[in-house]
Amino acid sequence: MDFLTWGRSPWDQPILTHLSWDLLWASLFAGVVFLVAHASYMVLSAHRKRHSAETDAMEAALGHLPERITRHSLAARLFHWVMAAAMFTLLFTAFLPIAGVRFAWVTWHWAAGLVLTGSILFHILHATVWLDFWSIWVGPSDLPELKAEVLRELGHDVPGPKSGKYPLGNRLYHLAIVAAGLSVVATGLFMMVRVRTPFFTRNPYLFSDGTWGVTYVLHGMAGVGLVGLVIAHVYFAVRPEKWWITKSMILGWITRRQYLEHHDPDRWTVKSPPDVAK
Amino acid sequence: MAVIRDVMPAFELFQPASIEDAQAVLDRYGADAWVLAGGLDSFDWLKDRIKRPRALVDLTGIPELKGIRPWEDGLEIGATTTLTEVVGHPVVRERYAILLEAAEAAASPQIRNQGTIGGNVSQDTRCWYYRAGWACYRAGGNICYADTPESINREHAVLEADRCVAVTPSDTAPALIVLDAQMVIRTAAGRERIVAAEDYFVGPATDITRMTVLRPGDLLTAIRLPGTWAGARFYFEKVRDRKVWDFALVSVASAMVMAGSGAGSPIERVRLAVGGVAARPLRLSAVEELVRGRPRNEATAVVAGNLAIEGTQPLRFNGYKVPLLRNLVKRAIRGVEATTWTS
Repeated sequence: MDFLTWGRSPWDQPILTHLSWDLLWASLFAGVVFLVAHASYMVLSAHRKRHSAETDAMEAALGHLPERITRHSLAARLFHWVMAAAMFTLLFTAFLPIAGVRFAWVTWHWAAGLVLTGSILFHILHATVWLDFWSIWVGPSDLPELKAEVLRELGHDVPGPKSGKYPLGNRLYHLAIVAAGLSVVATGLFMMVRVRTPFFTRNPYLFSDGTWGVTYVLHGMAGVGLVGLVIAHVYFAVRPEKWWITKSMILGWITRRQYLEHHDPDRWTVKSPPDVAK
Repeated sequence: MAVIRDVMPAFELFQPASIEDAQAVLDRYGADAWVLAGGLDSFDWLKDRIKRPRALVDLTGIPELKGIRPWEDGLEIGATTTLTEVVGHPVVRERYAILLEAAEAAASPQIRNQGTIGGNVSQDTRCWYYRAGWACYRAGGNICYADTPESINREHAVLEADRCVAVTPSDTAPALIVLDAQMVIRTAAGRERIVAAEDYFVGPATDITRMTVLRPGDLLTAIRLPGTWAGARFYFEKVRDRKVWDFALVSVASAMVMAGSGAGSPIERVRLAVGGVAARPLRLSAVEELVRGRPRNEATAVVAGNLAIEGTQPLRFNGYKVPLLRNLVKRAIRGVEATTWTS
């Protein structure tokens, strides 16, 4: 299997053209293997859940909290679903033609790319100004949570720390999607200069052949990586034990019990209703 | 160091006697196989050493691919029937004269003796940047060398360019679209698939590395001409740099059925297709719709010509194709005698 595709320039020099599309099948395969392995593990293994008594006690102590805890604002949910639609459009328009399904895909592809770019810009602004910007990122302080999660998955009974607003898995996934998403958007915007759009004057000589080759390879790598990431995301979204998170991305809220069961109230503070707080 | 470009690389030659045998070889070699009919497109690729197949499958020894025979109310032309045989066939001459004109306009008598109708419609584009073996979009790369500020693109596309600006070189293709021909394909799985001539050709937006719907292992076995447009009023014109042995700069083909016999009678039915302006021969459905029911006169020709050039995007050196296209469409609608050329 080749990783890169090369061609010859008019000066008979080897030039990098794009990623080998064999890697698409490798990414698809890896994504499917991961979900089969994970699903098998979840069925067969002795992974542990937290004791319900722990949550019962917290609910008794924090009964003044509202029954429904807002997890995602309408703006955040709209961003998520617009981005998801754009992402699926991008992946289908990029890879179906490679898989042999022929259709005029280029305009759909760059249009979806612009929607994705716009939604990401909105998200950056929204998260910076209106949300707790740092709540989605991971850092050294998350190591105890990571250790507890791993031990719990391996069948150990660990009380361990809980997450803030976003579980560790969400934050790690966000990190990966930021890397892949920003790579694919940045390279894709430059690649638009090579095709006819209403926005740019075509300029195939914006970069040298070598730089264009690297741009196409990066775009392809990020795109192929997104195939695996999206498979994993959809898989976890439909898993029964994660369904409460998916539901919150649709409805915007989680129950008080779900909040207390999965989140650390000190790391994700929820305000009590005004009448209770008084 | 001089580049040797006259000796073909080594390959294994297969000369099957049946379609099944041919497809068995294609299946065995996959992407390393090359289909050969008249060889006029193939030998350029091979002698230039741009294509280096391991196996060459020569179709000319398959009897069922040859000849012209009656089919329903029309004709079936085997894919390896030569252009000379098409031109010389009495029924083609009598009922499908536009195909005769188009086939006769292809290249030179020697080439028509060797070239097949299947090869003519399935041949690759003549864009020299692509045929030089550079890594352009059509060759699987990420650039169109013909669409840069310095490109020599006098012969390239003014319509439907999507990254690639190559044009279809087939002379018979517009005529076959006008005749509503059916392309008979034997798929790699051994099934027969019928595709309208209009849908046989694909543009770069749909598939930038192919000119037709043929997939690896597929074979075009025959072209069927239904009786729908037999004996209609035909018009074919190919404009080229020299009268012999040249590809079309722009070509036009039309078939028309009039509602009456008098001058200026309304157009009852019409089909119109052009070549040399896009990567595939284009049927001008909007123009057909516009002129249907209108009298066949200069005024109708003018609006048809103006509509035909809507959406054209000329490159640096091929702006002349826009008025050429408009004038050829005018001539196809009105006839050559009364049409004036405008630039």
